[in-house]
Amino acid sequence: MHVHLLLEMAAEAAPDRIAFGPLDGGLTLAELLRASRQAAAGFVAQAPCNITYTGLNGPALPVALFGASMAGSSFSPLNYRLADADLRKLVARSAPSVGICDDEVMPRVADVEGARSGTVADFLQHCRGMTDEPTLPEPQNDVAVVLFTSGTTSEPKAAILRHANLTSYVLSTIEFLGADESEATLVSVPPYHIAGISAVLTSIYSGRRVVQLASFTPEAWVDAALAENITHAMVVPTMLGRILDVLERRGVRLPALRALSYGGGRMPTAVIERAMDLLPQVDFVNAYGLTETSSTIAILDPESHRAARAATSDEGRRRLSSVGRPLPTLELEVRDEDEQPVPAGTVGEIWVRGDQVSGEYAGKKTIRDDGWFPTNDAGWLDAEGYLFVEGRLDDVIVRGGENISPSEIEDVLRLHPAIEDAAVVGVADEEWGEKIVAAVVAKPGTSEAELKALVKERLRSSRVPASVIFVSGLPYNETGKLLRRVLRTELAEALQLNAERSVA
Amino acid sequence: MKLTAGTKIKSAVCSLEAIVIRPPSEEADLSCGGVAVVAPGSEGTGAIQLADAEPGQALIGKRYVDLTSGLEVLCTKGGKGALSFGERALTPKEAKPLPSSD
Repeated sequence: MHVHLLLEMAAEAAPDRIAFGPLDGGLTLAELLRASRQAAAGFVAQAPCNITYTGLNGPALPVALFGASMAGSSFSPLNYRLADADLRKLVARSAPSVGICDDEVMPRVADVEGARSGTVADFLQHCRGMTDEPTLPEPQNDVAVVLFTSGTTSEPKAAILRHANLTSYVLSTIEFLGADESEATLVSVPPYHIAGISAVLTSIYSGRRVVQLASFTPEAWVDAALAENITHAMVVPTMLGRILDVLERRGVRLPALRALSYGGGRMPTAVIERAMDLLPQVDFVNAYGLTETSSTIAILDPESHRAARAATSDEGRRRLSSVGRPLPTLELEVRDEDEQPVPAGTVGEIWVRGDQVSGEYAGKKTIRDDGWFPTNDAGWLDAEGYLFVEGRLDDVIVRGGENISPSEIEDVLRLHPAIEDAAVVGVADEEWGEKIVAAVVAKPGTSEAELKALVKERLRSSRVPASVIFVSGLPYNETGKLLRRVLRTELAEALQLNAERSVA
Repeated sequence: MKLTAGTKIKSAVCSLEAIVIRPPSEEADLSCGGVAVVAPGSEGTGAIQLADAEPGQALIGKRYVDLTSGLEVLCTKGGKGALSFGERALTPKEAKPLPSSD
């Protein structure tokens, strides 16, 4: 089944509900359906083509997404923040294509072979202006969305999400029109993020109005949340800390907000605790998922948040840094290097199997024939099945033959009151193969010795960083992912410089 | 009518439309209101229409399953009729909605 069937059903059952935009003047489900059909007619006239969308969040996003589905084209939202050369590469990889672009993007993607482009404004005007009902052929393709991964470690990979993956995710996790009409969700992740796509699909199917933030700033997020009586939202961890700063500075709260989910990176415990204390009426949900799994595969639900916050044992409190339990509709295992499941408490690679799992890239399938997909994330399950994610397998430090997860050391460093942010990476070392180097953002007067002592006391001596480097900030991309490759290079250079200084 | 994942069907006796999510492991007639369903757009249906809603009438947005054969369909447009597969009535699949995560 194609993703646009989700919209057709919602528009059939609740045509006058506002789907996108403000209560006054927003796009209704029926209007969105009509506009998407006009978009599809335009796409069919240019077929075969892929549809690309390079712009900020806006109503053209759902129109293009559903229009592409109806036309039998795949849909690729592209990262407008990329440098021109990198963006043009992705446009070229998507050809033959029709691109819908923000004005400022148009000259940047001009003259790429096989790619035609038009502006968002023209596209919307065309789709909303036509009144005749187009006749559309039954779409034949099964690829719904092609998402380019962020490429923090290598060239972006084109993850392929099939209609079957995405609709399975929606049908198994969302109750049809389960939202009441007062509900509104604030989408601030960019369109090229899997959460931006899944938010469109799940909101449409649940009948929850979507308010889009063109691009994220904490001030704009708080303004929109207040003005639009936002009840639901999803943020990445770096966004949440900055939102809390604005709330505290302005002395305002968010009385309409009922549920706030977060994901897309590791949430520092101090930030989520602060959020729970500041917004006690809000249900917090930690969602763990990957592009290749059509979004969420495990959630830490509101009850688990509250239980962990109130827990007195270390084990209970630690749950606040877990991603909760796998969705009941899929299977999840932690396996060792021989691909055998490991007992609770042992770190290994997270594997997952289910209808929503694609595990496929253009030209490369990493999903196995039996449906199991190795996520390349390291993690472990506790005795009650709560999943703890330790980060990418590639980031695991191998020191003297021992596997060390950066996150366990980062978590300890963050416990120190003077530490604002911390990251740990492995740097090549003649003696140990790799040595542990920590980069910390700290208040003045913090010493390397006390941080090392803290790690030694909480963990063990093999976990103590060989060096601690004080930095003014850590490199993150715009969706809150730490750029470890960049950091590793910076730290290696800083260490080199220190070594040269000490020789001189 | 061969039922595979993605097959769209409509009722011959009411407004119901549905899509097959999981195909059955055995062959039998999928019926609505006791009459075999037809492909959307097929001619010659609509002669007899159900006057009253049947118990267990299919509702839009609900999934219906036959546990024996594994058949699962999603009702994409509601109708007065109830769905059955061979001699067995399909039963609604209880969704366990999750807290909103995106």
